[in-house]
Amino acid sequence: MPKEATTANRSFSNSFGYAAEELSKTFLSPLGIVAGIIVILGLIITVLRFTGGLAAVTNLSDYNPWGIWIGFDLLTGVALAAGGFVTSAAVYIFGMKKYHSAVRPAVLTGFLGYVLVVVALHYDVGRPWRLPYPFILQQGTTSILFEVGACVALYLTVLFLEFCPAALEWLGLKKVRDLVIKLTMVLTIFGVILSTLHQSSLGALFLIARSKLHPLWYSSYLPVFFFISSIIAGLSMVIFESTLSHRYFLHKMDAAHLDEREGVTLGFGKAASFVLAGYFIVKVIGISEGNHWHLLATPYGIWFLVELFVFVALPCYLYAIGTRDKNQRLIKFTAVWTVLGVVLNRLNVSLVAFNWHLPAADRYFPHWMEIAISIFLVTVGIIAFRVIVSVMPIFYEHPDFRKNH
Amino acid sequence: MGETIFTLHEFMLQTETITYIIVAISFFVILFFWIFLTKLDGE
Repeated sequence: MPKEATTANRSFSNSFGYAAEELSKTFLSPLGIVAGIIVILGLIITVLRFTGGLAAVTNLSDYNPWGIWIGFDLLTGVALAAGGFVTSAAVYIFGMKKYHSAVRPAVLTGFLGYVLVVVALHYDVGRPWRLPYPFILQQGTTSILFEVGACVALYLTVLFLEFCPAALEWLGLKKVRDLVIKLTMVLTIFGVILSTLHQSSLGALFLIARSKLHPLWYSSYLPVFFFISSIIAGLSMVIFESTLSHRYFLHKMDAAHLDEREGVTLGFGKAASFVLAGYFIVKVIGISEGNHWHLLATPYGIWFLVELFVFVALPCYLYAIGTRDKNQRLIKFTAVWTVLGVVLNRLNVSLVAFNWHLPAADRYFPHWMEIAISIFLVTVGIIAFRVIVSVMPIFYEHPDFRKNH
Repeated sequence: MGETIFTLHEFMLQTETITYIIVAISFFVILFFWIFLTKLDGE
């Protein structure tokens, strides 16, 4: 009997015992020990942050109120978590059933991504008990930030419900699971609407900062740029996550998952190539619309061109070549490159090109403890993913629910 | 208005017509790129 089948056939208690044994091996490995050290360090800095305030652990100032906890953890985190809505839309709305096996891992990645975004927001904002305030005390419905907050809260709920079937199958709660499965289409449509709204609104947040953001990055099309690049990030993250999963969780995957894997890489690579081409075009139109050609010859302009050609045009070309030659290796490499490009874009908009006119002494550079917290949150996400795929049917169909998805 | 345009750079600085030209060219580029990508399925 294949190993994945034996994993799937275990009962709840047995599978938990098996997973506990497997996890204990993982966490006692060198990588597991490094992760443990990062988590302990992160917890210590967390105590410092919530007892000593922002000044104790960050380099934030009145000039630079948003640091990497917003630029990386939130803006990048939300973009990279877009794989959930992109994959769900492809499978359930556009009927591309051949990518069905990619839905659960993508939804799980998206769900954990959004959970960490909300956790990271607490580090920046503080006073976690005030999280519901925008919905109870002061709606501020004309604020883009309110819209982002509302959409993230609702979409996190949608992702939780989309993730629920895997947990309910693991727990053996068939009736509840069947009820949630019936909501799949509604949840997918909600997910797409909410993602469209808040992915673009994160870009729209910067529309108010025209005097602070470098003209090459500032554009009235910023919401469009953020939305399109989030689709690129989502597609690339699914390929990237699939590559890592295949390497570390191969024994968890059933035959359907393994059969569809190559098709997912090729299909998503092709889609990413096309969307990257569109993104490149709208970025050029953005320069033209703002009439900022002359700024391209400045140091900031050269950096902008690096982002545009090395992290947008090049991956577009590499994806197309990879798809044409059915070169899985090239597509997987390009996915990592593209993810780095989206990270770079978000950091450029929120940090590098932000307050660009300030003297060097007033510019922001993150405190090492800010960086440590970001690494801590990513590590927590990876650990959570590791634990969940060890116990729940993410990479295989639960034997009790086969042909029932 | 009335300034003489000598270089492409000046042209770009003084008019936004280039935006419309880029949009028109982009339309054909993206169309051919789509055909190129989808043609691969047939092959």
